[in-house]
Amino acid sequence: MSTQVLMPALSPTMTEGKLSKWLKAKGDAVKAGDILAEIETDKATMEVEAVDEGVLEQILVPEGTENVAVNTPIAVLRGEDEAEGAAPAPATAPKPAVKAEAPKAEAPKAEAKAPAPAKPAAVPQAAEPEYSGPTATQTVREALRDAMAEEMRRDDKVFLMGEEVAEYQGAYKVSQGLLEEFGPTRVIDTPITEHGFAGLGVGAAFSGLKPIVEFMTFNFSMQAIDQIVNSAAKTNYMSGGQMGSPIVFRGPNGAASRVAAQHSQCYASWYAHIPGLKVVAPWSAADAKGLLKSAIRDPNPVIFLENEMLYGQSFEVPQDKDWIVPIGKAKVVRPGNQVTITAFSRMVGVALEAAELLAKEGIDAEVIDLRTIRPLDTATIVASVKKTNRLVSVEEGWPFAGIGSEMAAVMMEQAFDYLDAPVARVAGVDVPMPYAANLEKLALPQAAQIAEAAKQVCYR
Amino acid sequence: MAKAATKPVAKSAAQPAKIPSEDLIRHYRDMLLIRRFEEKAGQLYGMGLIGGFCHLYIGQEAVVVGMQAAAEEGDTVITSYRDHGHMLACGMDPKGVMAELTGRAGGYSKGKGGSMHMFSAEKKFYGGHGIVGAQVPLGTGLGFAHKYKKDGKVAMVYLGDGAVNQGQVYEAFNMAALWKLPVVYVIENNKYAMGTSVQRSAAGTKLCDRGLAYGIPGEQVDGMDVAAVRAAAAKALGRARDGEGPTILEMMTYRYRGHSMSDPAKYRTKEEVAKMRQEHDPIDRLRERLLAEKHIDENGLKNMDREVKDLISQATEFAQASPEPDPAELYTDVLIDLETVRA
Ligand SMILES: Cc1ncc(C[n+]2csc(CCOP(=O)(O)OP(=O)(O)O)c2C)c(N)n1
Ligand SMILES: [Mg+2]
Repeated sequence: MSTQVLMPALSPTMTEGKLSKWLKAKGDAVKAGDILAEIETDKATMEVEAVDEGVLEQILVPEGTENVAVNTPIAVLRGEDEAEGAAPAPATAPKPAVKAEAPKAEAPKAEAKAPAPAKPAAVPQAAEPEYSGPTATQTVREALRDAMAEEMRRDDKVFLMGEEVAEYQGAYKVSQGLLEEFGPTRVIDTPITEHGFAGLGVGAAFSGLKPIVEFMTFNFSMQAIDQIVNSAAKTNYMSGGQMGSPIVFRGPNGAASRVAAQHSQCYASWYAHIPGLKVVAPWSAADAKGLLKSAIRDPNPVIFLENEMLYGQSFEVPQDKDWIVPIGKAKVVRPGNQVTITAFSRMVGVALEAAELLAKEGIDAEVIDLRTIRPLDTATIVASVKKTNRLVSVEEGWPFAGIGSEMAAVMMEQAFDYLDAPVARVAGVDVPMPYAANLEKLALPQAAQIAEAAKQVCYR
Repeated sequence: MAKAATKPVAKSAAQPAKIPSEDLIRHYRDMLLIRRFEEKAGQLYGMGLIGGFCHLYIGQEAVVVGMQAAAEEGDTVITSYRDHGHMLACGMDPKGVMAELTGRAGGYSKGKGGSMHMFSAEKKFYGGHGIVGAQVPLGTGLGFAHKYKKDGKVAMVYLGDGAVNQGQVYEAFNMAALWKLPVVYVIENNKYAMGTSVQRSAAGTKLCDRGLAYGIPGEQVDGMDVAAVRAAAAKALGRARDGEGPTILEMMTYRYRGHSMSDPAKYRTKEEVAKMRQEHDPIDRLRERLLAEKHIDENGLKNMDREVKDLISQATEFAQASPEPDPAELYTDVLIDLETVRA
């Protein structure tokens, strides 16, 4: 009985990878646990182990092939032991359920091919208006790494600290190469002690250093939230301006894929609630780079919210080490005049998809990437609403006391006379994040929902 | 082998008794079940049927099986995200565990928890926690409740060699010692926290000594030897039951796979892994012993292999046939309805 060996998924967000090397040849005998091949994703190189015994009968995908989709048959194994028959059966016929897996459904179409250099075509990629120098196509991951490297070259008080940031090159490979360039005094692996190293970072910032503290994900910043709120955010005020905390807390925020309730939540509104903090949540790679550079230079504590699902997406990024994006400025990423949609981080991509859906129905939506949550660029939003008279706020986090609530309040205070419809909020469903693929999808805002909300405020 | 405890042996802890034949055979089968379950989970992950994070327990089976071997009905268990083995050892149904891994309605959390978050009130398994270290105060609370209720039971609280550096672990140790809570802290020292070795993260790598300042005795145990684990567990559980408070058992163990499915594990050599597998595998070691001491013959082992394989096949079938949760489940279980409580 023959079994197909399928291209495995090696991480929650992997949809395809490169088959870099075959370690077994046609005709080789294979035991369970033997390494068959090596696979590369944009994050790592991994080995494919055999689960069944047999003889490698056929190699279907030659080594060096890029963009092999998960679940593609890559080889055929001829079983030798009839008794083994029962287990491998499912491997030959993956249930269609696989197709509905969240990672695929969630990765925006244009980006599904990462790390191939294809850039999203439909999306306007204008850098900051003033910039006209050279650009390069980079992933968000690379842009973040470059921002840190450039600022570390520029200022030797800047250092990076966190779990797995040095030798492992970052749990999500964001700090790739930094240990090599800056050495272990400036790129520091910590024990798993978030409250401790966040506090240590704030103390170091009190005395003039400029720490970048990476949380492996922002979920773990809750271990450290007391030091962030009570120490980093308040000490400048409590000391009458003597002692600021020039520190950046950064890491992936929000839902990744199928990692369930304790590992999927958006902290934008949590930290935005706190006076004394700045909160940044970029979408594009250019903004990720320009804003992270600003955050590192900023004399205040900055919460820098990244998104794992964006790390592999590519955008045009300015290649000038002095180019930065100011904190506190939103950006119109798609001009339009019938309805304003605000979003931040990954939801900008989803909002742009929604705008395309709306365009097909003759509705011209303006999409604003907030980029900074606090201080909020109300001027840009109000200017847009004066033109469109309608606002839909989109966020991945929960609705109660969320960014959308703030948006609605700002509209009441600053644009009441211009509104032709109540502000609409599209947010994550008000429940902890479920694990099941179908429920997870229902829990997160989708483009169709945003389009629906936009139509409602347009009375269509 | 287990080293001597840093404190005198407690009164109810008799010298490690000879383990009866049928127990040894059962421990072998329980370890094998975990091993085969995890191999299958890894395979299903590769097929995209399991998503998110999936942390396999392969290599560490003797720890939880040895601990459960000395436990009593009613003792409670809590651990981290690397929890599949613990659940099976607590007697939870492989079908329900596997179906939770595939995110189906038939899973222990109705598909809402996934690999890292499963629970069974019936089997006294309290999860399944994703935040490193968080289970330690929680488990200490389970111990507090045992003492409060005077039920004579003990809480077994599992944590990793990385988790042991979290601050809340020491807040918990202090309270457990201060109030002599019936708790056994089981540090599963598999040498790595993700890509960070114990040497690179711990000042003082003898982790069983981490409670000494609080007067908590600690012991290093060969966590690849189910009999050694069982003996150390019996002592520590006895101490706790006798009202003498917590013990720390540092199980020297090893995970063969990466930290999770997406970890290429480049931070250790292939030789290191191969050496552990060849020389210390808990299942192979017990298998040799079973045969050498004639507790069972090759044929008996073969039958057991087949029985375990069948169980796993059934669990796998169940986990694929079970439907996805009803969309309405998205909104249930957020808060407990007062009406339901009154009814
Ligand atoms: C508070 C917190 N920080 C970081 C993480 C990410 N993380 C998950 S497991 C892990 C390593 C833990 O290692 P260890 O305690 O040795 O347990 P093992 O995985 O070896 O069983 C890390 C850093 C987390 N889940 N929670
Ligand atoms: Mg460990």
